[in-house]
Amino acid sequence: MATHKITVTVNGAAREADVESRLLLVHLLRESFRLTGTHIGCDTTHCGACTVLLDGQPVKSCTVLAVQADGREVSTVEGLERDGKLHPVQEGFWEKHGLQCGYCTPGMLMTGCALLARTKEPSEQDIREAISGNLCRCTGYVNIVQAIQYAAAKLRER
Amino acid sequence: MEPKTSAQVCGMGHSMKRKEDPRFIRGRGNYVDDIQLPGMLHMDIVRSPFAHAKIKSINTDKAMKVPGVLAVITGETLAKYNLHWMPTLMSDTQMVLPTEKVMYQAQEVAAVIATDRYIAADGVEAVEVDYDPLPVVVDPFQALLPGAPVLRTDKKDKKDNRIFHWEAGDRAATDQAFAQADVVVKQDMYIPRIHVASIETCGCVADFDRVTGKLTVYMTTQAPHAIRTVFALVAGHVGLSEEKIRIVSPDIGGGFGGKVPVYPGYVIAVAASVVIGKPVKWVEDRMENLQADSFARDYHIHAELAAKKDGTMTALKIKTVADHGYTDAAANPSKFPAGLFSICTGSYDLKRAFAEVDGVYTNKPPGGIAYRCSFRVTEAAHCIERITDVLAQELKMDPAELRMKNFIPKEKFPYKSALGWEYDSGDYPAALQKAMDKIGYAELRKEQAEKRARGELMGIGISSFTEIVGAGPSKQFDILGIKMFDSAEIRVHPTGKVIARFGTKSQGQGHETTYAQIVAEELGIPAAHVQVEEGDTDTAPYGLGTYASRSTPTAGAAGAMAARKIRDKAKKIAAHLLECAEDDLVWETGKFSVKGSPQRSKTIQDIALAAYTNHPQGMEAGLEAVSYYDPPNLTFPFGSYICVVDIDRGTGMVKIRRFVAVDDCGNIINPMIVDGQVHGGLTMGMAPALLEEISYDEDGNIQGGSFMDYLVPTAMETPAWELDKTVTPSPHHPLGAKGVGESATVGAPPAIVNAVVDALAHLGVRHVDIPITPEKVWKILKEKGAAE
Repeated sequence: MATHKITVTVNGAAREADVESRLLLVHLLRESFRLTGTHIGCDTTHCGACTVLLDGQPVKSCTVLAVQADGREVSTVEGLERDGKLHPVQEGFWEKHGLQCGYCTPGMLMTGCALLARTKEPSEQDIREAISGNLCRCTGYVNIVQAIQYAAAKLRER
Repeated sequence: MEPKTSAQVCGMGHSMKRKEDPRFIRGRGNYVDDIQLPGMLHMDIVRSPFAHAKIKSINTDKAMKVPGVLAVITGETLAKYNLHWMPTLMSDTQMVLPTEKVMYQAQEVAAVIATDRYIAADGVEAVEVDYDPLPVVVDPFQALLPGAPVLRTDKKDKKDNRIFHWEAGDRAATDQAFAQADVVVKQDMYIPRIHVASIETCGCVADFDRVTGKLTVYMTTQAPHAIRTVFALVAGHVGLSEEKIRIVSPDIGGGFGGKVPVYPGYVIAVAASVVIGKPVKWVEDRMENLQADSFARDYHIHAELAAKKDGTMTALKIKTVADHGYTDAAANPSKFPAGLFSICTGSYDLKRAFAEVDGVYTNKPPGGIAYRCSFRVTEAAHCIERITDVLAQELKMDPAELRMKNFIPKEKFPYKSALGWEYDSGDYPAALQKAMDKIGYAELRKEQAEKRARGELMGIGISSFTEIVGAGPSKQFDILGIKMFDSAEIRVHPTGKVIARFGTKSQGQGHETTYAQIVAEELGIPAAHVQVEEGDTDTAPYGLGTYASRSTPTAGAAGAMAARKIRDKAKKIAAHLLECAEDDLVWETGKFSVKGSPQRSKTIQDIALAAYTNHPQGMEAGLEAVSYYDPPNLTFPFGSYICVVDIDRGTGMVKIRRFVAVDDCGNIINPMIVDGQVHGGLTMGMAPALLEEISYDEDGNIQGGSFMDYLVPTAMETPAWELDKTVTPSPHHPLGAKGVGESATVGAPPAIVNAVVDALAHLGVRHVDIPITPEKVWKILKEKGAAE
């Protein structure tokens, strides 16, 4: 199987890897780079546990080949906290009990970040639509919506 | 209820932010698939495309030639060690890998061990299996007919497909009550096969050390201690001994009952690690998870309810056929083949009842696990809440009025049910009244009448359920003979900080927080200073695990009891320090003081230090205690839910406009966590009511075997739940708590179905089976001439 040398900027740092053509981005992150915060929950691009930002856009990293990330920027949950300070979305999830088992949480956080990057004051419906590609089995979404609203308010204060 | 402790101590009643969250919101959880050990190999599984077939041959030559493939394990490999079959929790037998035939589609046929997961998948593609298809039995009713192919040909004396016949209650007395009834209603209802679909699938890393002989298995299990014992019993003959087995259940990405069973994949990974001498990781994908792991429900119920003209219910009769798949691998307590289905008399003062269940083999995957409920309690609640509405419709009575008339009165608790349970406490009318007030029941009925006159379809549905959780008293409850107690071990360090270990295992329920709050409540040590650990069998005390809402009723109670033992010892130390008699001491949160002179006191922290530095002569040093708590009874959480739906006559789409849930789980430890549990439970109640089902075609091909067509609710379908509560403490639990994780999953489905049927009742509709899909509703509307 052919391999390719790629360079991906992950959470601000350039990283190189030799990858097989078929390697999925999620496996590059989890197994080659040992960033295990990004999770895998299905095989059909439905659950969103593997959501990361690719050049700022949320993508399901189980449906992106590692080679497609060559020369691009990837943001994962591990990059959210800056200088020991939680991102407002992380704060919101903790404050509003927006997680239970924690498995869908990294994907939800990344989707929430992407939403708030494009909308300062999302309505409940905007939030529900934004996270509709991220499945959560524990929370019933009520507190996830509130967590993102909390983060939106925090970001507006800045 | 006002908390007794300060916000700093954070005992019961405080909405403490969760102690486990800082790692999860940073992506620093540690789930099974995150574990990577040096030299670790990967396993992938070859699965059967047929639901019933003889295996003519398995050719592994091509697979073994794939670079990086190290081994292919088949039933023949395991048979050499007599590990190709294993016992189930219900004392049936289950194949680990087949040697003769496969019994369901997606059954494990062989396993490939390779250096990485991609190569393992290549190896799976290269294994050649030659099958000879056999007649498939999909329908459990046909499976019971004389002449049906007998599926379990491995069992010498088995001549049919019946697994068990179970019954409860007095059949003759019930029949007599039916004969005397003014009104009898009858209803068939099917509670379809569904799947818990926790977002993390199942898997393990098995690590056998050839030098020490120690086997460590990191696995997605809700019951690590029981699993250790099962492994020792199943593999004792090949040299695995219980002291050399360590099960670690790390962070678990949702369980809901699906991570109770021992799946073949775990056992094969262990066998592979033992044979190869390297760690082996197996993590199933979503399709394997949905297609092969344990299912829930699959109950075909026939219910009959007898009543007087005035609506007084007099007797209940239920006959059920339970499709168990090819083996009885249900996760019930051993003496309860139909779980706690005998809670089917629900919240009503029914004098007579009789229930029977026949378990049946079919060519489907095994299971019969819970899907976020205590054993078969959702099936029972669905049945009684549905048939109650059928009776209301027959009598032309308001369903709320009918319920109020038949509730077990508050003063009758503890209440002995017709099927033998002693309900601990309840106030059912209060919960229903609160729900009716909150949603504005009378106004909604008016609105419905107006809408109906205009041809619009709106329905209001009630469910007033009673659960039975917290198994359980050891006199009745065991799993493979192991009594269903649970445990806590608390150590107070010299500086007054605590480590507390429990026999349960959180899968998202927040035990690290709630257990810490229980210790804080009992000892006055801040919950922030209490480190909770679970899931490692080398360190935690033995317990039966977390499922069936048993953690707070059993291990939570053990935590309180262990803390009280510590307090007893602390009192002795305090008397020594204060030079007074023990009887002269009074306890208030966090300290002992001398009666009448409150300035003479010692805090629990002072006492902890003294326990290691200045303990009384003749007393053992240290401050720790263990409790194995055997509850005197189960607990009976309850609630009343009201759902309002609007139905689109053009599409058949059901929209939940409002849903009010009034829950009563006794005393509450962390209100925020309780609300979160109810939100999640409601959503997992809505899921099978409107969306989820796993069905099979006549050849046994699974329908709904991936998230393409197994429809887990998204944020779009899920309404904004409205919660409220009443508090009726359990009289026998040391904290008055009852457990809450599953109430809403039990209570929600009938509220939704009753609302849909209520919306269609004037068209002559009396029942709709779940899931209530738009297609199903549209067909009904079309048939009744009401489709747009």
